[in-house]
Amino acid sequence: MVERAFEITEEDISVDEVVARLADPAIGAVITFVGVVRSVTEGREVRYLEYEAYPEMAEKVLRQIGDEIRARWKTIREVAIVHRVGRLQVGETAVVIALSAAHRHEVFDAVHYAIDRLKEVVPIWKKEVWADGAGWRSEGG
Amino acid sequence: MNEWTNEQMANEQIAVKVRFFAAPREAIGTGEIEVEIPAGSTVGDLIDLLTKEYPALRPYTRFISVAVNRAYVGMQSVLHDGDEVACLPPVGGG
Repeated sequence: MVERAFEITEEDISVDEVVARLADPAIGAVITFVGVVRSVTEGREVRYLEYEAYPEMAEKVLRQIGDEIRARWKTIREVAIVHRVGRLQVGETAVVIALSAAHRHEVFDAVHYAIDRLKEVVPIWKKEVWADGAGWRSEGG
Repeated sequence: MNEWTNEQMANEQIAVKVRFFAAPREAIGTGEIEVEIPAGSTVGDLIDLLTKEYPALRPYTRFISVAVNRAYVGMQSVLHDGDEVACLPPVGGG
């Protein structure tokens, strides 16, 4: 099991550093998903985002998602998910998901599942700050 | 067990920590409070009590999910002394 595989952090996230956590001579494929702050949502210009988490529970739920993935896709060896919180500027990395496998089969399905589940169940919230106001966003609204 | 003891048990209070996040946290102006509530109370009872004490929570209660000790639970779940209860508005990470 990878150390610090499921983490909420206030620091910049490096994709290479998260991938390095999966290092293992038996793997033949690593797939990553990188979530980045974009400048426009639904026609409004975003100045920056404020991410907030319930960190103790978020890390636990991320770990559960990792367990779900390995139960469902036997080819997946390791899972690492790191999510940043605090103030993030446009272009900065909010989340990195990295999965390793012996072979490439099914890793695409597994990473798709990981980001969908993250958005659905992990206690993390995002507030968009616009030039003329601010609002909390969820998947549903 | 005699009647006096039963009476005493009926009056027993437990203390829980309640944490708030995102919009409801901003609405009530704090991220964490301690609440005393009668032993045997459910999560739903706690939400009712909180809504009375913090009317600013009212617009959020129908959307809130609740976690006790860092796991999602239903409104019928019974609380215990020392529980950490979290009021979680719809999530949206990523």
